[in-house]
Amino acid sequence: MIERAIRVTVNGRTYERTVEARKTLADFLRDDLELTGTHLGCEHGVCGACTIALDGAAVRSCLLFAAQVHGCEIQTVEGLAEGDRLNPLQEAFREHHGLQCGFCTPGLLMTLTCFLRECPDPSEAQIRETIAGNLCRCTGYRNIVAATRAAAATVRR
Amino acid sequence: MAGAVGRSVRRKEDHRLLTGRGKYAADFRLPGMLHAAVLRSPHAHASLGAIRTKAALTLPGVVAVVTAEDLGAIGRIPVRLGQRPSATAIACLQPPLAREKVRYVGEPMAVVLAESRYLAEDALDLLDVDYDPLPPVADARRAVERGSPVLHEAIDSNVVDTLHTHRGDARAALAAARHRVGERFTIQRHTGVPLETRGLTAAYESGSGVLRLWGVAKVPHFNRRVLADLLGHPEHLIHFIELEVGGGFGVRGEFYPEDLVVPWAARRFGRPVQWIEDRREHLMATNHSRQQYHDIEIGFDADGRIVALLDRFMVDMGAYIRTHGVTVPELTAALLPGPYRIPHYLSEIRCVLTNKTPSGTYRGPGRFECTFVRERLLDIAAQRLGLDPLELRRRNFVAPAEMPYEVGSGSLNQKTVYDCGDYRSALDRALEAVGYEAARAEQAEARRGGRLIGIGVACLVEKAGLGPWEYARVEVDGTGHVVVYSGIAAVGQGIETTLAQVTADELNVSPEAITVVHGDSAQVPFGVGGFASRGAAVALPAAVEAARKVRAKIVRVAASLLEAAAEDLVLEGGAVHVRGLPDRRVTFRELARAAVPGPPGMEPGLYATHFFEAPKMTYPYGTHVAVVEVDPDTGGVRLLKYAIAYDIGRAVNPMIVDGQLVGALAQGIGGALFEELVYDAQGQPLATTFMDYLIPTAMEMPAATEVRILEETPTPLNPLGVKGVGEGGSSGCGGAIANAVADALAPLGVGITALPLSPDRLLALIRSRAEPAPGPGLLDRS
Repeated sequence: MIERAIRVTVNGRTYERTVEARKTLADFLRDDLELTGTHLGCEHGVCGACTIALDGAAVRSCLLFAAQVHGCEIQTVEGLAEGDRLNPLQEAFREHHGLQCGFCTPGLLMTLTCFLRECPDPSEAQIRETIAGNLCRCTGYRNIVAATRAAAATVRR
Repeated sequence: MAGAVGRSVRRKEDHRLLTGRGKYAADFRLPGMLHAAVLRSPHAHASLGAIRTKAALTLPGVVAVVTAEDLGAIGRIPVRLGQRPSATAIACLQPPLAREKVRYVGEPMAVVLAESRYLAEDALDLLDVDYDPLPPVADARRAVERGSPVLHEAIDSNVVDTLHTHRGDARAALAAARHRVGERFTIQRHTGVPLETRGLTAAYESGSGVLRLWGVAKVPHFNRRVLADLLGHPEHLIHFIELEVGGGFGVRGEFYPEDLVVPWAARRFGRPVQWIEDRREHLMATNHSRQQYHDIEIGFDADGRIVALLDRFMVDMGAYIRTHGVTVPELTAALLPGPYRIPHYLSEIRCVLTNKTPSGTYRGPGRFECTFVRERLLDIAAQRLGLDPLELRRRNFVAPAEMPYEVGSGSLNQKTVYDCGDYRSALDRALEAVGYEAARAEQAEARRGGRLIGIGVACLVEKAGLGPWEYARVEVDGTGHVVVYSGIAAVGQGIETTLAQVTADELNVSPEAITVVHGDSAQVPFGVGGFASRGAAVALPAAVEAARKVRAKIVRVAASLLEAAAEDLVLEGGAVHVRGLPDRRVTFRELARAAVPGPPGMEPGLYATHFFEAPKMTYPYGTHVAVVEVDPDTGGVRLLKYAIAYDIGRAVNPMIVDGQLVGALAQGIGGALFEELVYDAQGQPLATTFMDYLIPTAMEMPAATEVRILEETPTPLNPLGVKGVGEGGSSGCGGAIANAVADALAPLGVGITALPLSPDRLLALIRSRAEPAPGPGLLDRS
């Protein structure tokens, strides 16, 4: 078994761990760090449920090995709220019914978190294009788009 | 505080789901837990010889390999839904692990248990299996031919069941009809595909004998009984616990082979066992659905009134009969007449086995299929009769005055009797929502410019509120908190919120203050579950009735404490006071404590249970209208506008109702345009990833969606008047979109009789009109 020692900062906390070289980043987050908010919907990079922010960029944690993120900074869905207080994007999802079963939601929140940092005033078309890599089987996306626009407006105010 | 019902109360479920705190099946952990991986057949049809496990067992970290031999005499997985399956259907039930023969790619043959999922999958590669391949049959149309390979030796044909529906004399009426229109339609194999795959954790306490399962869904109480029977384990020593459920759609929560093997292994090996399905497994292991071939004929009188309908169709069941038995074929025939008066109706169904994944229900089972067939047929008929398709429908609607209306068909052990409805109004509201006249004008203008725009309508009747009953218990606990225990199961639909809403109104507290408990067999002793759009129509009334009983107890205890007459008491904000005397007041907390033993003659405790019985289903209905543009160069379909008007009697939470309709619409669009579980002629599945099985993304949704929630006809069948809304957003999509595409392609003379309307198929159809007959396709789709 090939192992690697890694140091990684997740949601502001630094972890030093030894990981099996073949372990995916998603499995590392979920199993080693017990951050199970990052979900696995396909494990082949299509559904986007496992999306996290890696040094500020939205990436699919099922397509990376944990060993590849040595020295990186990661944000997961667990890092969005302040204690029990939802952030504006989370709050907008709740207000606009942007989730049903909630399984795809963490991936969407992370995709949109990274997107809104770069595009604070997005059009509907830009939002749709951005979330085209996140599959949702419950909502039909309309309320996710509405929630994103509302969250962007709140943050701009 | 009163008046929570009818308001778009924000969901109780959301906070935990938005913060990553919801625990789904794969998020659950136990110390010492083993991980299971399933060895699945790579052959569509083969004799199964020895499974050699020695090499796998020598791998460090591998604990055991389970095969059918280890399971011994454990029986096959039975049919649910109170059906009386035929002897032939019983002979084709699926064993938990294959014995002697495998009949579809993906059939489980063995299960590896190891210290990690990685190791368990390593071990799968080391299992050595002897197969003797047999000729497969992957196409139901071939499976019924003489000389085709027979899947199950116990029955001498691949037709496992034949079902009939009769009303009047359809053959004679057709023979006498002024106009007859016949057509053949096919619907492709596709299915629910929740974003969360299946998964389960089981642990056995050898001291107490309790076998505990986490990650159960949909019908926990029923499945607990099935497991008890199969394992020979006392039911009361099996504890089922639902976690968050990442989508159901009919497929998740049925009793599958893994649901037996995982708890069996936990008990046998004395360690917790977790199994999490991966996506590739899901697409070949979890129920498929929808594949049907119809040969239908309709007859009209001189005025365009339907006199008869005759439909002979085949349903591709896959390789085994699973828990739904022949429910989907039955439902197809039961609802095929839809909102129309059809005096003579005959259906003949053949349920056919093929070497493909077994099938079950998927959101709107039978209704997506029959609505496509009927509504497409009506458009074709309207064209032949020279009538406007809307006018043809209006002439044939069952009128409100004819309710309750007996269709002459039946399903799920009951006759199809529409309880109430104004079908014409739903059509008008949908046309209004889409801006029909303007859309027709734009279409004419676009056609002049060479653009292919089409408008399609589908009217449908759904079913909801399947019984036979649902259980609820409402309690005020010793700290004054209101708790609702419900036998319903959550599948992501927001049932916690709506249960809290209806209970809140009975006890005049805020829905936010109410806790909802479901899916835990130790806390909720009885339950039927979450399927068939039954939550609103069956589970909510149960909670209402239980809450009313608790309210009566609250008043009784308060009257005794406050020394006041019951009619002078006011419930408000978790307390009771004497009208006009806000200081003469007791809180729910005080009342709950005083209620044990309470006033003489009262059953102690501020709680009550209720079984709400629902012997008859309710039938929501509505109309879908699609406006599409077809690109003749690519075969791509763009949805320009989509409208749904849907009557559900009463909307408990309009936000959730709207969300159900739009979400179901996305799935229906997938079924109409993209999703297909393609198999090759050898029975190999070709869509086993999300690269091949195409679920709609945000880009494929309509540019504009208009939803009209109608509350015009509250059902008389429950005290809330609610029907159910889980499925109607999907079931009209095949019909409306196919009619719209056919309308768009009418100038080219292209006929539409098969789903999905994927670009490759449409392009082939368009080219077949423009060029000489095309050669054979790349894939022999079955």
